[in-house]
Amino acid sequence: MRRRLKLLGMSFRPTRAWALPLVLAGLLAGCAQDGGSGVQSAKLSMVQGRGKLVCGVDGKLPGFSFVGPDGRYTGLDVDVCQAMAAAIFGDASKVEFRDLNSSERFAALASGEVDLLSRNTTMTLSRDAPGGNALSFAPTTFYDGQGMMVPVASGITTLKALAGKPICVESGTTTELNLADRMREIGVAYTPLKFQTGDQTYAAYLGGRCIAVTSDRSQLAAKRSSFPNPEAHTLLKDVMSKEPLTPATTNADPAWADAVRWTVNALIQAEELGITKANITSKVAQAKANPNQPDLRRFLGVEGDFGKQLGLPADFVVKIISAVGNYGEIFDRNVGPASKLKLDRGVNNQWTKGGLMYSPPFR
Amino acid sequence: MRDPQALLDPLDRPPWWRDRRVIPWLGQGVVALLLLVLIAFLLGNLVHNLTTRGMLLSWRWLGQPAGFDISETLVPFSAEMPYWRGLVAGLANTLRAVLTGLVGATLLGTLAGMASFSRNGLLRGLTRTYVETIRNIPLLLQLIFWYFVVFLSLPNGTAALQIPGVVLAKSGLYLAGFGQGMHWSLPQLVNGVWQAPLRLSVEFAALISGLIIYSGAFIAEVVRGGIASVPKGQWEAATSLGMGWFATLRHVVLPQALRVIVPGLNTQYISLAKNSSLAVAVGFTDLYSVAETTLNQTGRALEVYLLLLGAYLAMDLVISLLMNGLNRFVQIRER
Amino acid sequence: MNPLLRRLRSDLFATPADGALSLGLIALITAVAVGLLQWATQRAQWAVIQANSTLFAVGRYPGDQQWRLWLLTALLTAVTGVTWGLLRCHPRADRDGTLWPRNDRLVLGLLVVVVLWLPGALQLTPALQIRWSLLAALLAASRWLAGRFGSKLSRPMLRLFPLVWPLIYLIGMVLISGGLGLMPVSPSQWGGLLLTLLTASFAILLCFPMGVLLALGRRSDLPLLRWISVIYIEFIRGAPLITLLFLGQNILGFLLPGGFAPDRIWRAAWVLTFFAAAYLAEAVRSGLASVPKGQMEAARSLGLSYPQTLVRVVLPQALRVALPAMVGQFISLLQDTTLLSLIGLLELLGVARTVMANPAFLGHSAEVYLTLALLFWSCCAALGLGSRALEKRLDPQTLSRSSSQP
Repeated sequence: MRRRLKLLGMSFRPTRAWALPLVLAGLLAGCAQDGGSGVQSAKLSMVQGRGKLVCGVDGKLPGFSFVGPDGRYTGLDVDVCQAMAAAIFGDASKVEFRDLNSSERFAALASGEVDLLSRNTTMTLSRDAPGGNALSFAPTTFYDGQGMMVPVASGITTLKALAGKPICVESGTTTELNLADRMREIGVAYTPLKFQTGDQTYAAYLGGRCIAVTSDRSQLAAKRSSFPNPEAHTLLKDVMSKEPLTPATTNADPAWADAVRWTVNALIQAEELGITKANITSKVAQAKANPNQPDLRRFLGVEGDFGKQLGLPADFVVKIISAVGNYGEIFDRNVGPASKLKLDRGVNNQWTKGGLMYSPPFR
Repeated sequence: MRDPQALLDPLDRPPWWRDRRVIPWLGQGVVALLLLVLIAFLLGNLVHNLTTRGMLLSWRWLGQPAGFDISETLVPFSAEMPYWRGLVAGLANTLRAVLTGLVGATLLGTLAGMASFSRNGLLRGLTRTYVETIRNIPLLLQLIFWYFVVFLSLPNGTAALQIPGVVLAKSGLYLAGFGQGMHWSLPQLVNGVWQAPLRLSVEFAALISGLIIYSGAFIAEVVRGGIASVPKGQWEAATSLGMGWFATLRHVVLPQALRVIVPGLNTQYISLAKNSSLAVAVGFTDLYSVAETTLNQTGRALEVYLLLLGAYLAMDLVISLLMNGLNRFVQIRER
Repeated sequence: MNPLLRRLRSDLFATPADGALSLGLIALITAVAVGLLQWATQRAQWAVIQANSTLFAVGRYPGDQQWRLWLLTALLTAVTGVTWGLLRCHPRADRDGTLWPRNDRLVLGLLVVVVLWLPGALQLTPALQIRWSLLAALLAASRWLAGRFGSKLSRPMLRLFPLVWPLIYLIGMVLISGGLGLMPVSPSQWGGLLLTLLTASFAILLCFPMGVLLALGRRSDLPLLRWISVIYIEFIRGAPLITLLFLGQNILGFLLPGGFAPDRIWRAAWVLTFFAAAYLAEAVRSGLASVPKGQMEAARSLGLSYPQTLVRVVLPQALRVALPAMVGQFISLLQDTTLLSLIGLLELLGVARTVMANPAFLGHSAEVYLTLALLFWSCCAALGLGSRALEKRLDPQTLSRSSSQP
């Protein structure tokens, strides 16, 4: 492992340090030096060289990413980061989490501050397009919709009844824009109260400053489950938008985006094939023993070079599943029956069971 | 040329690298060169990095519809208006907070500064406690405390705190004023919601109370220093003329103290203007908050930050200019 | 009449209006105090602080490596004690050489009370409670030893002693971040009070030389240096810290080739440093302005070079005058570290916000914020007190008294 030089807090890798004068010279000579080329992704080699993945998460959202009193991060978004670290290093712990609020997340991703954004971010055209935020989205890890939570005591049952009332919303989210759109459609004037972070938004709602709070329904359910008396709050029936929550990277490095995309696909595919954290070793043994299961052998890297094509180890799927389990396990553990949130799989079930989780074939 | 150097014997002149007149310029030249190289390096990287991401500076997004709403604005704004209108609305909100804060903090600071010379020992002690407590606690912490702990625990509806003409509820501060048709109207409860001609949201109220109380403590110190700079003889002379404590302060001491106070105020005013950007922590939509949302939606981080820095620098300049003008006005009276 | 009563009367009840005011204030103060006391003892639930005390102290610093921080604390305590004792055992004009003046006994007594009461009140484990008591004992012991035997130390030893402090700082950095055989702990795991103090001390140490250089640059005769300094100072002073912090976190990546940017915590610390340097420069400049031009001219005519004149004649006088303003800047720098929470760093306020997002502690924000306020207040007030003591010591009148002594 390469050591990092530390000088007065500046830290850089010795391997790159010699390049500084070169870059300077190149710049003075008037030619721009290009980073990374060929098959290997520049970002991936940078992450490998650094020895850890930097992953942008929310950090204050139980079920998705959250720090417990023991100082450890847990959640669905966190597990996606750990799956990626497992795919690259074979070690799910080689990831550094960075709490991002919704307004700074894209800037942090664009400037290379984080390698991967796994922060309940909705995939939209403008965020994806090169003329917009120029992100590159992996497969969706959670299909959600925007909802509205109100106290039961308020007697509010429709969006129209919110006319003239203050509504709490996290700033810089699609939620904020959808709220503006829906209210404009139904012609209702309202007062948006915007907060930088989710914890402030809910603190203001619980403090009674606003009559309703709007966000993704999963998030609302997650937060409600943690309220002192959850029964006193209810979600309105209206689903105000589609919110496919999706991990993202930048457009600048398609090879890196591919590595992330197929890591997420591997989680989904593993569930479809019935491969779990518990049975992965026996499945690998089975694949090795039986040459008549080409699908399984390719998926687990026993034959073919899928890992290499992505710039990852050949057995990256095995590493991922042994570290975090398949998508179903991740779901159950963090937001499903085994968690406090107790959300239904619903549309987040496998396509074979009527859901939307569908991995393209590994071949 | 009557260059003094020409008068010296050429043999006495030290070599150019030890010439006292050359060395500083040489040093400056080296510094300038280093600086230029650094700037070229940074800009080169910037251009390179932005080009690879296809994000070179562009300002067209300013004209696109914003898509978000702002709850309380001085200039009318709605979601279908372009981003620049949103930024202007944010700027107006910032200016509103800054102006209110300036006036409030000046009043509070002056009163507290004057009170620290009161004959009443209790009042002096209280003022001291106020200044020493507030100055030693971070403003951000105070703002969050005011909003989340104090203002959000206010009662609502009929239980709201009321004195004639003023109602303080969780939804805001309501003041009596001239309403529609220019007739005087008091705050009143309509369907459980307070209505009044003048309404301040609690977010705004929390922001300005935090700013006023924090800056007030610093201004109190400036005022105290100013008053202390006036010779004690002035007090004694005025008192012996039969003037009371307040009259002495008002007519004799303060006018002289202003010469010391005004430059100190300038610094405090500028920091108040900049501190107003902490509004994001209490949910008030100021310029910084709008800029953050804009940046998030357009991905134009650099452009938005250039605008933001420009706006605050301009605000800083305007305050400095006004205060320098005031300073000259105060100083001219010196005889 | 009793002198106390007379004093009370002249202070509080000199005129009827004064009396009414005093009565009103007394009523107000009593009401506030009683309300606060009732809340603190009956309604407040301090479990949120108790359960998260480690998080508040060191953030996510790995538990099995926390012994390093204890070691550092012990080192700091010992060096503080020795410094304190040495200061007392050498009599000077402003000190009569009493080993235990009243203030010292007061401070030590207060410390003992806090150390005995606080860990118990926080329901720390007995092991931790004992550690705190041991630390207090260590402080008292090193203070006593240095006071008792410090006078036997030779002059050069005493001269060199202040160098222990930078040494401790370097050792501390190694202990905190690892290396030299210790397991590295990534800065992303530092948090809470540790991060607050670390960034603040880093910025304070580095902004001082930068600020002095900038102030000299601004008063320089060389136009280029002057203009660079002026532009830098005015630009930084015109920009809100939060925008600069954000620039440092998210835009700096654009300005540097990939992989060169330092860790985000250090970037935030550097932004704080650059920010504070501009303000410090202004404080130092006002000090420089207070030194009469004659001082410079006299020193130069005695044959001192320009740098010698600056270091030996001008700066000592300027810095003494600028001291209160400089410490004021340091205090606001310490307070400004709270803004790191707005860019997602888990310093004290950041930890507080994370803790309050935890469903188990919902609705107990007042306890957390008040605790934080108390912590910051103590740190800042201590800085202020220290500055005032130093100011008094450096006062030319005290110094001249010391030189007039035989």
